[in-house]
Amino acid sequence: MDFIHQLVQQLINGVSLGSIYALIALGYTMIYGIIKLINFAHGDVYMVGAYIGFAAVTIGHLPIFPALLISMALTACLGMLVERIAYKPLRHAPRISLLITAIGVSFFLEYTSMYFVTPTPRTFPEVMPNISFNVGGFIINGQQLLILSITIVLMAILTYIVQKTKLGKAMRAASFDTETAQLMGVDSDKVISMTFCIGSALAAAAGVLVGVYYNTIDPLMGIMPGLKAFVAAVLGGIGILPGAVVGGIVLGVVEALVAGFLSSTFRDAAAFAILILVLLIKPSGLFGKNTNEKV
Amino acid sequence: MNSARKRDLVMLVFALVLYGALQTMISAKIIGSFWELNIILICVNIILSASLNLINGYTGQFSLGHAGFMAVGAYVGVVVTVKLGLPLIVALIAGAIAAGFLGFLIGLPTLRLRGDYLAIATLGLGEIIRIVIMNIDYVGGAAGFKGIPHLTNFTWVFFTMLATLFFIKNFVNSSHGRACIAIRENEIAAEAMGVNTTKYKVMAFTLGAALAGVAGGLFAHQFYLISPTSFTFLSSFNYLIMVVMGGMGSITGSIAGAFVVTFISAALASFPEARMIIYALALILMMFYRPQGLFGYMEITNVGPIKKFLDKISGAKGAAT
Repeated sequence: MDFIHQLVQQLINGVSLGSIYALIALGYTMIYGIIKLINFAHGDVYMVGAYIGFAAVTIGHLPIFPALLISMALTACLGMLVERIAYKPLRHAPRISLLITAIGVSFFLEYTSMYFVTPTPRTFPEVMPNISFNVGGFIINGQQLLILSITIVLMAILTYIVQKTKLGKAMRAASFDTETAQLMGVDSDKVISMTFCIGSALAAAAGVLVGVYYNTIDPLMGIMPGLKAFVAAVLGGIGILPGAVVGGIVLGVVEALVAGFLSSTFRDAAAFAILILVLLIKPSGLFGKNTNEKV
Repeated sequence: MNSARKRDLVMLVFALVLYGALQTMISAKIIGSFWELNIILICVNIILSASLNLINGYTGQFSLGHAGFMAVGAYVGVVVTVKLGLPLIVALIAGAIAAGFLGFLIGLPTLRLRGDYLAIATLGLGEIIRIVIMNIDYVGGAAGFKGIPHLTNFTWVFFTMLATLFFIKNFVNSSHGRACIAIRENEIAAEAMGVNTTKYKVMAFTLGAALAGVAGGLFAHQFYLISPTSFTFLSSFNYLIMVVMGGMGSITGSIAGAFVVTFISAALASFPEARMIIYALALILMMFYRPQGLFGYMEITNVGPIKKFLDKISGAKGAAT
């Protein structure tokens, strides 16, 4: 009974952590789907989002929801700006150049932020009453409920945009085959820009939610979640939106279980072990279809 | 004696002169201990960047786990000298074998992946190596391995570096090296021409890992203490920056990259953030305006006047290096 109790409790923690990974992974998978770039800077966009949220709450004295919206809006602009300045000139360059540029952008965001906000971690103020619910002996706290509900709302909005709007149709077409989409009259530059916009906004939401959940943010906080979100995206099948969500939640749960039952030092190793297993066994991911390489 | 051998001899003489000059200045205290340390670091970094270049530059396999192999070499090396009491040379060889063997084991499955997938997988493996070391109490765990004797000096690193560079140069110019370059240029075409791509990719990866192990051994015996935090993927990125700046596929480039990056780090040691911002901008601008790096595929021995000079003293007529 004690084991089962701990298991369920770790599952609850894992799903909350996993929803954060899922939000970041969505951006990764959308960007990879369209321009085949592992956007190493995505984790740092998430960090900037957390800081903007932090500034809105501490300096602007705003409640959590307006702070979340402001952070998402500003970070979306940052994402579009990064794409416009750093990635657009390299649209036809080899993919390795693009990857190295992404590493450069990641360093730039990390250390420029460090320059402005100092490397010391900041304590995220308490933005909501510290409540927790006892459901049949299992503890779910207010932050976890907040994370879950915001994640679900954002995913619903994203699904609407991707499935029902003209922009979403263009995005799906471009990620299926950019050149053909362009021939059919899709403005691919605009679609790519919008993808960065949406992806960065989701990352910003994840950043603010992490600030609320763990109460602490620092300029290098984006590196590990960024990499793990990529693992989540690969696990679910890169380029597939529901895959990113499932991948993120599975990853969060596995990590919570490893941290709870083995040792918390192995939780980072667990994520990478999953990545390598997926790449070796089914590189196209849980939801992916096998494709053959064309010469 | 053919002209290629003569050219090697000429380069060796140059290297010995450089060594003599630097060693004299270190002995005469013209170069202080801070810059002496940095010269040693530059040599170690040259080994690392040249060996990473073998994987990333010559074979075109994007690896981001170099610090992990360096860590294996460093930890195996210190176990050999501290726990077993054997000399440094045994430590370096043992470190190279261990790192190379691990590189072989890791390379065999992961090198099936391409491009960015391989980058993330090797990054993850580098981190896994580090986390595993962190959990081995025999080598000090997360706190690090203390009480390492100071066995490395300028002579050791310089001649190890020289041997490494000579080895890589000869490998690249051998038929194995040509096969690796063919894989970089076009893997499918190379396979169609009968190159066993898996074999050569694993070979380059194993050799690169083994040489990183040697560098790790030298590094560990310089600093009295090593800890898993010295081998994070950020240091792998650092070696990648050296390779990219110098030129993917040029030994001269690796030397220049290691020199420039280490020198800038030393000069800006008191402004760590500014240093990283400069790196970042340099990387991005490099990709915009000179994606092939400072030297591209070029070697210093092939640059106009230097090539003419070398040809003259080695008596060759337009022979390739």
